[in-house]
Amino acid sequence: MRDLKLPFCPGCGLFSLTNAFLRAVHELGYEDLSNFVFCSGIGCSSWIPSPYFMADSVHTLHGRSIPVATSIALLRPNLHVVVFGGDGDIVGIGLSHFVHAARRNTDILVIMGNNMVYGMTGGQVAPTTPLKAKTTTTPYGSFEHPLDAAKLAAVAGAAYSARWTTAHPKELRESIKKAINLKGFRFIEVITQCPTAFGRRVGFKNVGEMLKWFKENAVPVQQAEKMSQEELEGKIIIGEFIQRRRTTLGEAVYAMIKGAQKDEKQS
Amino acid sequence: MVQTVIDTANHIAAYAAKAARVQVVAAYPITPQTSIVERIAEMVESGEMKAEYIRVESEHSAMAACIGAAAGGVRTFTATSSHGLALMHEALHWASGSRLPIIMPVVNRALGPGWNIWADLTDSLSQRDTGWIQFYCADNQEVFDTIIQAYKLCENERVLLPAMICSEAFILSHTYMPVEIPDQERIDEFLPSYKPKWFLDVNNPFSHGNIVPPEWYMEFRYMIHEAMENAKQLIPEIDKEYGKYFGFEHGGLVEKYRCEDADLILLTMGTLGSEAKTAVDNLRKEGLKIGTARVRVFRPFPKEEIRKLAENTQMFTIINRAISFGMEGFLTEETKAALYNQKDRPLIAGFIAGLGGRDVSFKTIEKIAKKSAEWMQKGEVEKEIVWVDLKE
Ligand SMILES: Cc1ncc(C[n+]2csc(CCOP(=O)(O)OP(=O)(O)O)c2C)c(N)n1
Ligand code: SF4
Ligand SMILES: [Mg+2]
Repeated sequence: MRDLKLPFCPGCGLFSLTNAFLRAVHELGYEDLSNFVFCSGIGCSSWIPSPYFMADSVHTLHGRSIPVATSIALLRPNLHVVVFGGDGDIVGIGLSHFVHAARRNTDILVIMGNNMVYGMTGGQVAPTTPLKAKTTTTPYGSFEHPLDAAKLAAVAGAAYSARWTTAHPKELRESIKKAINLKGFRFIEVITQCPTAFGRRVGFKNVGEMLKWFKENAVPVQQAEKMSQEELEGKIIIGEFIQRRRTTLGEAVYAMIKGAQKDEKQS
Repeated sequence: MVQTVIDTANHIAAYAAKAARVQVVAAYPITPQTSIVERIAEMVESGEMKAEYIRVESEHSAMAACIGAAAGGVRTFTATSSHGLALMHEALHWASGSRLPIIMPVVNRALGPGWNIWADLTDSLSQRDTGWIQFYCADNQEVFDTIIQAYKLCENERVLLPAMICSEAFILSHTYMPVEIPDQERIDEFLPSYKPKWFLDVNNPFSHGNIVPPEWYMEFRYMIHEAMENAKQLIPEIDKEYGKYFGFEHGGLVEKYRCEDADLILLTMGTLGSEAKTAVDNLRKEGLKIGTARVRVFRPFPKEEIRKLAENTQMFTIINRAISFGMEGFLTEETKAALYNQKDRPLIAGFIAGLGGRDVSFKTIEKIAKKSAEWMQKGEVEKEIVWVDLKE
């Protein structure tokens, strides 16, 4: 870490996410972040790596971190390329990049802090906002269905997709450790409390209440499979949605280059 | 009844949308525009404003949604800033090319990187060639009045173009000022409901946004240019008419202040125009024959008015809160271009000041004016572009 104070509000879940990531890296035996490159868009969650991590990082346009990370990953296949972003950044304005990166199985790890709103701009409705939740642009409650990002990644072709909450720090840390060492497109969604722009408005009195809500309403994915739609209403499904080995974008590109060079030599 | 409210330019813009009886709003949040659309969302949901509010997932989608709604023949509104406007770029062309009178407040904010949320006009000025009419406001009252005026202008059959109503980040967007909001009935009289000549209509189907071959493309472009020229003629008329109705006029295309006998004229845009007035008053006391002209409309560019101003003055000093890299301030560029074929041209000095929200007070402007006055005495502009208070 650089000697800077993190920018988050008191009680923000992004402290826990930052902590989980750095501890995971440490537990994997890395002494520093020189094997990593970080990429992020715009939003509170995007602040995590930049400028705070003592590492190479690219802070880029709102929603465009995945394409930037894609080219870094192709150029430097020996480095871990990690994207941090918010729900608005990754699956709102940047959604198409997310789906295509999963489809191509791009060699990046995307960690999304899902606080269920556009936090940095003050708490407007996002594609992840739960039904009926009050935000500054839905003062009488959201009426649009939210998006299930972890499931979407799994369907779109990700090598790994998981969801945790900040009330599950141990599981989150283990999941990050695992994901760092897998290949292809890896996605971890972290439901995180934003007391400032979300919690207050939906009626939570304090951070403890939000964490309690996360804990009490979390349902492991295996159990969720056996539950009906009604039973799942208001629940947060946590766990691993998929883990599989597919040819990654990097492997495919380098294999193609090799093949083409061979053809050229022969002709 | 006329109502005096004390509020920020952003909330005032929201009230103007309501007063204009806007029917569709589509927007994405970005600092410092956000409180415009948050206020509208509140008014729509409480039933205070009868409109559809579409919560889109990006600015590109916001403009696309506005294009759909305006093509459907309804009064349409969105608002943005900085990167949001840049992301809209493609759709901006589509809106003007389709001749849709969409009105969009732009809260001028610097572009990144160097991530910065403060005032800078480069965001909207760099959208100069999109075929949008561009107004720049100097106070909250003007924001309200210009939004109402803009619907009247843009829905006019001789215009049918979209318009940006620009105001600077925080200097206006989040600053409270008293504003008079006229009686709704009178506004309805001034701005009757929108009756488009053509719109998507299942009973009279037509194909919108189709291919135009080389034999006709130029003619379509010519018509946009012609519409801009018409707007140039209509803007002062509408401003006057508005003044008759409601008592506020904003100078038409260019707001002039103590220019009649001025040897030196400060040309500005936006809130620098208000600061410049104070500077002019102070310098007049010191005996300098100085005036200021605030370019309120940047597209269409008020060439003729600028030429007229140039006739009786020795020098233009142009202050830009924006920079076109590799050339100079946008307003300097345009002013020079407008004067090229004139016989007697004044000296022109271009200053860059206040980028990324750096404060430009009347004192800064006085300093700029004094430097210019020195050059005017010598009859020579010593430095083509001056970056004011630059740390070198
Ligand atoms: C093109 C563009 N539009 C809008 C914005 C303004 N903006 C900055 S952050 C943000 C949303 C942040 O939400 P999210 O990605 O969920 O991150 P959070 O702050 O909630 O962690 C928005 C809309 C921007 N920077 N660029
Ligand atoms: S606004 Fe919310 S997400 Fe952003 S730092 Fe504050 S608590 Fe965290
Ligand atoms: Mg968010």
